[in-house]
Amino acid sequence: MNWTWFHKLGSPKWFYDISGRWLPWLSLAAALLIGVGTVWGLAFAPPDYQQGNSFRIIYIHVPAAILAQSCYVMLAVAGVVGLVWKMKLADVALQCAAPIGAWMTFVALLTGAVWGKPTWGAWWVWDARLTAMLILLFLYFGVIALGQSISNRDSAAKACAVLAIVGVINIPIIKYSVDWWNTLHQPATFKITEKPAMPAEMWVPLLIMVLGFYCFFAVSLLLRMRLEVLKRESRASWVKAEVERSL
Amino acid sequence: MSFESFADFLAMGKHGLYVWTSYGISLAVLALNVALPILARRRYLQDEARRLRRESKP
Repeated sequence: MNWTWFHKLGSPKWFYDISGRWLPWLSLAAALLIGVGTVWGLAFAPPDYQQGNSFRIIYIHVPAAILAQSCYVMLAVAGVVGLVWKMKLADVALQCAAPIGAWMTFVALLTGAVWGKPTWGAWWVWDARLTAMLILLFLYFGVIALGQSISNRDSAAKACAVLAIVGVINIPIIKYSVDWWNTLHQPATFKITEKPAMPAEMWVPLLIMVLGFYCFFAVSLLLRMRLEVLKRESRASWVKAEVERSL
Repeated sequence: MSFESFADFLAMGKHGLYVWTSYGISLAVLALNVALPILARRRYLQDEARRLRRESKP
C-alpha cells in the first residue's frame, strides 16, 4: 500500500489545499444524500406495522447514533496518530471532531427520547443502551473541556489523546449493550452478517441517510479543521497569502 | 407515496408532533454545524486581514 498521503498530512498546507478541493464534492454528496433520504423516509417508506409513522424517526436517530460512535473511534485513532507519530494535524482533527460528535450524540439522545414517548410511554429510561450513550456525551464534553482548559497546546493534545483512547472502551459497551443486558431498546438494524429484518423500501433510505450523515460529518470537520489550521499557522507565508486572497 | 393527502402527511398518523419535532431539531443541528464554521472563518479572515494591514504600515 502507498503511504505517501499519510506523510503528506504532516504538511498543513498540503492538507489545506487538498481539503479545499474535496469540500464542494462532499457538500454536494451530503446535500443530495440527506435530501433524498429525508424525502424517501418521510413520505415514501411504508409505515411500520406496529409503530405506525413514529418509526420514521429512525431515519435520523440511527444515522446520528452511528456517526456519534464512529466519530469517537476517529477521535481515538487521531489520538494514537498524534501520540505515536507526533503529527500536529491529528490534534487539529481530534479537537475539531469532538464538538460534532457531541452534537450527534445529543441528536441521537433527543430523537430517541421523542421516539420513546409514543413507543415505550416514557421519554427516558435508565436502560443500558441509553445510559452508555449518555456516558458518550459526557466523554465528548470531557475531551472538549480538557482541550480548552490546558493552555499549552502540546500538553492539551496529549491529555485529549489519552482521554479519547481510554474512553473508546465505551464504544463496544454501547454496541453490545442490547445483547448483554435486558433492554427496551431494539437490537441493531444493520448487521454485517445478515440481511436487515425490515423490507428494502424501509432500509434503503436508512442506508442513504447514514451515508449522507458521514458526508455531512466530513464537510463539517473539514470546515472546522481548515479554520484551525489557518489559526495555528497564522505566521506562515502561505496563510498570509490565503488571507489576502480572501479580501 | 404512503400518504393519501398532504394533511395526512403532516399528521403522520397520531405521531405528527413527535416526527416533526425530531426532524426539525436534527436538521437545525446539521445546518448549525455547517453555518457556524463558515461564519467563524469569515470573521477570522477579516480580523487577520485587518491585522496584516496594520502591521505592514510603517
